[in-house]
Amino acid sequence: MIKNISNLGDASVYCDFGSEVNENINSEVIKYFNYLSQLVKNNKIEGITNLSPSYNKLIISFDLSLTTFSNIKNSLEKIHIENEFKQQSKNVKIPVCCEDKYGLDFERLSKKLKLNKKEILNFYFSKEYFCYMTGFIAGMPFLGDLKKNIRCDRLETPRVKVPEGSVGITEQFANIYTFESPGGWNIIGKTPKKIFIKNQIENPALIKPGDRVIFYEITEKEFLNWNE
Amino acid sequence: MSEIFFEILRPGINTTIQDYGRKYLYHIGVTVSGAMDLRNHKLANALVSNNTQEATVEFAYQGPLLKLKNGKINFAITGDVVFKIIRKNSEVENGKCYKNYFLEQEEQIDIISTKNSVYGYLAIGGGLKLKSYWDSFSVNTKANIGPNNGKKFSISEKIQIKNSIEVKGPDRQIEYNNVSNKSIRVIKGTNFDYFSPKSQSKFFKEEYSVTNLTDRMGMRLKGSILENIKSTNIKSEGLIKGVIQVPADGNPIILLNDHGTIGGYPKIAVVISADLDKVSQLTPNTKIKFEEVSLEDAENLFKNYLSETNKYLNEIN
Repeated sequence: MIKNISNLGDASVYCDFGSEVNENINSEVIKYFNYLSQLVKNNKIEGITNLSPSYNKLIISFDLSLTTFSNIKNSLEKIHIENEFKQQSKNVKIPVCCEDKYGLDFERLSKKLKLNKKEILNFYFSKEYFCYMTGFIAGMPFLGDLKKNIRCDRLETPRVKVPEGSVGITEQFANIYTFESPGGWNIIGKTPKKIFIKNQIENPALIKPGDRVIFYEITEKEFLNWNE
Repeated sequence: MSEIFFEILRPGINTTIQDYGRKYLYHIGVTVSGAMDLRNHKLANALVSNNTQEATVEFAYQGPLLKLKNGKINFAITGDVVFKIIRKNSEVENGKCYKNYFLEQEEQIDIISTKNSVYGYLAIGGGLKLKSYWDSFSVNTKANIGPNNGKKFSISEKIQIKNSIEVKGPDRQIEYNNVSNKSIRVIKGTNFDYFSPKSQSKFFKEEYSVTNLTDRMGMRLKGSILENIKSTNIKSEGLIKGVIQVPADGNPIILLNDHGTIGGYPKIAVVISADLDKVSQLTPNTKIKFEEVSLEDAENLFKNYLSETNKYLNEIN
């Protein structure tokens, strides 16, 4: 449920679902996101231009020449989403090569976590992850939750360039750098799989909020010969 | 029929294609983009009888030098811009903004620079020949999305023009003043209470200056350090154009069209929609002041902004 609805500026609605980060709250956010996306698609609500789901917030942007904060707020308060409302989630498998040339931060992680590389990877690959949100850069998934013993702060000084495909961890989350970008996550490997394909206009992002992700390790040979 | 195009003899500093930008893509991390000064984008199009949504060439500071090939066109430039038209007989004509001009093949447009502002717009009658990406022609150079491989223009590249059957006249022009206002109106943000009472009042009382670290993504400001008394990070959440976020160093950043879609810095305020065009046009070292308005005021100010835009559009038509 939305705990509080307020305005963020004059052209967006800020829906607060709580302050914690967990799957239950995030699933609520995603449920509203999917439901509102349907309304927008079917022209049942006017003026909405964007929906930004995150861990525990949903920001609804709108065109102020077509509608107002109070209109959208009223519509939101009338919404009742059936529990059976279909969540469009799927399972995605992501190959990762963890050779040291791709996993850039094992030395740091080993020191901080007091675990060797093999142990870190065992913990990392033995879990299914939930996609809380995507963004920051196009298609970047924010996945959780990591097992407690491999949670680590981000780098003190972020990298200016993290290579495309890098798989990173920080705190309770894992992510994938869909493009080369600055970033401060601990890099444990690299995927040869394209996570965001901008020419696939209909469906550019492989992983969407609500999806479940399983990582599996591949050898460098498999990485280099990867064929989609 | 051979294709009409501009040959780029000088690309300018940051020349890109823009229109109204993209919608419904924040959730996959694709930002809005689009013309930084939407009113000037619309006026440029109207002056050449285009639909206001048609893509224009946006330039920043120094603009491009363009040579027309294989046909004739009409064009208009908006903003506060100094430009010249180099005619076939080598005669140089001083250009006037907000006026529809004819251009023959082999003639050139030399967009020298913007004055006391950042962005200007060039519209071509009938529009440009481009491929759209997610229903928009806007170039996002950070994610390389949009025409020209999502990149700004470089020397020797071409800007393809639709083969317009007729070059439209008569000469249209309006008088328009780009008023630069140093007072930026804002609504308090969702994390206003993260800042000390002293910093809250300083935010509205003291001047902030625009720094060089300003581009289509955002505008970094410098001034009185804003002291965070709660937490310098929030759980990452969505961002919108106009949000003023404050990282740990205490200097505010205004997010603009190509901003990242998710961020974890507290939001102290949000620029009202009516003031977004003028914020985009602020040049480095300009001193600005934030003024608080209510949501209701912001909505009314936006109505005024729209009716003023429409007044100029009607004057043209």
